[in-house]
Amino acid sequence: MKFRRRRGDNTIPVQVEGNHKLEIVWTVIPIILLIILGVPTVQSVFGLSKDYSKDPDAVQVIVTSHQYWWEFEYPQFGIKTAQEMVIPTNAKIAIETKSGDVKHSFWIPALAGKIDSNAGANVNTMYFEAPKPGVYLGKCAELCGPSHALMDFKVKAVDEASFDRWIAALKEPVELPADPAVREAFVSKCLSCHAVGDQGGMIYPNLTGIGSRETVGGILVNTDDAKYANEGTVYENLKRWIEDPDKIKPGNGMGKVALTEQELDGIAKYLSELKLDY
Amino acid sequence: MTIKNRHSVFDCRRIFFLIGGLEAILIRIQLWKPLNNFVSADMFNELLTMHGTTMIFLAAMPLLFALMNAIIPLQIGARDVAFPFLNSLGFWTFLFGGLLLNVSWFTGGAPDAGWTSYVPLAGTTYSGDHGVDYYVIGLQIAGIGTLLGGINFMATIINMRAPGMSFMRMPMFTWTVFITSALILFAFPALTVGLAALMFDRLFDANFFNPANGGNTILWEHIFWIFGHPEVYILILPAFGIISEVVCTFSRKRLFGYSSMVFATMLIGFLGFMVWAHHMFTTGLGPVANALFSIATMLIAVPTGIKIFNWIFTMWGGSIRFTTASLFAIGFIPTFVMGGVTGVMLAAAPADFQYHDSYFVVAHFHYVIVGGLIMGIFAGLHYWWPKMFGRMLNETIGKITFVTFFIGFHMTFFVQHFLGLLGMPRRIWTYLDGLGFNGLNLISTIGAILMGIGTVAFLINIVITAAKPRNAADDPWEDGRTLEWAISSPAPEYNFAQTPLVRGYDALWKEKMDGNKGMTPAEPLGSIHMPSPSILPFIMSVGLFIAGFGFMYHNYYIGAAGLIIMFACMVIRSVKDDHGFHIEPDELQGKGVKA
Repeated sequence: MKFRRRRGDNTIPVQVEGNHKLEIVWTVIPIILLIILGVPTVQSVFGLSKDYSKDPDAVQVIVTSHQYWWEFEYPQFGIKTAQEMVIPTNAKIAIETKSGDVKHSFWIPALAGKIDSNAGANVNTMYFEAPKPGVYLGKCAELCGPSHALMDFKVKAVDEASFDRWIAALKEPVELPADPAVREAFVSKCLSCHAVGDQGGMIYPNLTGIGSRETVGGILVNTDDAKYANEGTVYENLKRWIEDPDKIKPGNGMGKVALTEQELDGIAKYLSELKLDY
Repeated sequence: MTIKNRHSVFDCRRIFFLIGGLEAILIRIQLWKPLNNFVSADMFNELLTMHGTTMIFLAAMPLLFALMNAIIPLQIGARDVAFPFLNSLGFWTFLFGGLLLNVSWFTGGAPDAGWTSYVPLAGTTYSGDHGVDYYVIGLQIAGIGTLLGGINFMATIINMRAPGMSFMRMPMFTWTVFITSALILFAFPALTVGLAALMFDRLFDANFFNPANGGNTILWEHIFWIFGHPEVYILILPAFGIISEVVCTFSRKRLFGYSSMVFATMLIGFLGFMVWAHHMFTTGLGPVANALFSIATMLIAVPTGIKIFNWIFTMWGGSIRFTTASLFAIGFIPTFVMGGVTGVMLAAAPADFQYHDSYFVVAHFHYVIVGGLIMGIFAGLHYWWPKMFGRMLNETIGKITFVTFFIGFHMTFFVQHFLGLLGMPRRIWTYLDGLGFNGLNLISTIGAILMGIGTVAFLINIVITAAKPRNAADDPWEDGRTLEWAISSPAPEYNFAQTPLVRGYDALWKEKMDGNKGMTPAEPLGSIHMPSPSILPFIMSVGLFIAGFGFMYHNYYIGAAGLIIMFACMVIRSVKDDHGFHIEPDELQGKGVKA
């Protein structure tokens, strides 16, 4: 087929005004395609909006987002934790999202779509399931300040027995550091905001079991086999975080805490050994 | 304010486009590898906010306005726009609004809450410095310019068409600008209201968006997107118009299905106002709203599809010339189709729960805005350059521009679809290693640099062309169909010495086919009325600029002084009679006049 104009070609192509048949065809066919697409869309919009928040068989989790960390409250079990959400593999997880400050968005890309956590009274719900056990990465999907990119969390899907053990372990009392100097510093400088076991304040992330979490601060990955800048052992990561939180997550609420080298070491060591067995 | 001045204003608009592009390249450099430290997290948020705001408000729209200004009066056979004073005022308010916004880089921090500036992040509690104040006040001042432009073009197109130029004989570009102006007229007041409310919250401690005192943050999202969604159609419709003109000229064929094109444009404009909540599927509006807005959004695919088919069938059987303008127009079609397909994917709310605020969305809207609008603008600039400046752009450099820009564009944004599907959220400053994002981000950054090279090639082309003599023919592409090709290049300041008589659609083409040399005049030669140039719009805009600063820093004397300057100019304008001047017939002799 010839379409390219040769140099000096002065022929005038037929000036077609249009073609009613063709135009109707390419209007009607897309409409039919859209109906085919629209029906399942509407069905799943309503399907995904099902409310499991009153369902006793579902695990209820109230997710509260903060600049730049996540709080997970399990009202059925009376527990609260942070940064790492442990869920059983055999149940529906009913999520309720709110925000402690600005708007964030709760997203576990491998498991479910996202839902915003609005500021104020606009509480949202959603549900999902994790049929396979494993560790899933969670993200904040709504621009929420300088450390928006670093507001990661983890979701750990475990079998029902492990989940029950985790609940029980989280409720157990926690021993404070043995060294009196470290304990003094820990109680006066950390527990004013953070909690371990039944002691301390609840306005910032709960530290119970922080030694067995996958990350420190959501963004320093705990591993014994560090491959890149943000990986390290739990102890190294905790030390790095406590030394200068603003360097890891700019604009976060913790700020530098005045600690001596021994106190820093002692607290990092103590926290890295604060493990939950489940 | 005369036509000559209207053309020279191109320069500052291009500069804003370059600033926005530079910001984009800095963003891509930061993201080329995991855990990069090229810019800080704060700086990154400033860059992404200013990139979005600059590109939408200060580059894309003003570049379109520049083309509209240059071409619309010519296409409808008018001597000027309906309100030259407003035109000039619109330009200066846009320029000073844009300047105000960019001054923020030097006064302690640019706005950093995203171009959407969602509250509470954009409120004073979480953005305590003046960054967002610059956004709120700069955009209000620049928005005046856009609104005035929209009103002006509506009035021009309705009232100033040459005899015989009925609505259904208007060129497609004129039609799309007409619909776009209507959209501006209805959409921009929503933005103004939202910005004013946010300004009151920020400057005077009002509580429109403060939940602690009964305000509601979702309200901002609604107001913003009631403006924001029509805004994308405000941008893309004129690009549709440009593509229609370019495809016809270089296929040497009449636009296929002209009347269905017109109605498709109207329908897109109308539906554009019905779909804003598809930006808010994850906000939690409930299943009824999500289902309705999903279906409404999908409907837009129908008129858009009609347009695509019509362009293809315009080329079908045509005698096609591959000039730079033509290449950009032909490249536009598949690119825009891809943006449209991802648009339908995003329209399905349950799927959007996964795509929303991920790089998939970033890829989608760059396909429609860069792949659609910017390619359209490039096509339009190469096509109309001789008519605006009397010189043909260099075709070889033009083709280099096209190839680098087109390949760079697809490299940058095609891979971003997959980054989004892999779970990379948008607006992130950095990402961890080992998530599978590394390779795709590197490709994307290389593509962005290629696009930068394409843009630089275009600038070189402009500079080289500016040094050449003004020798473009009246109808340099030889297949011009519309009125602008009937007069000299560049157009004289009065456009048409004698208003032409329009005898059909594609007015000039009809005369050519009937064997006539040029248009038949509709009036005898007479003296031509011209508006006088005026300094007042400039001073008014300076007044607004000063007032903006005054209010931002709570210095109400300076704020009041700025407003007094503006109102004084308005009084002078109202009281002083200026009837303009006339160009007499004897001054026109030998300039293509037919007695």
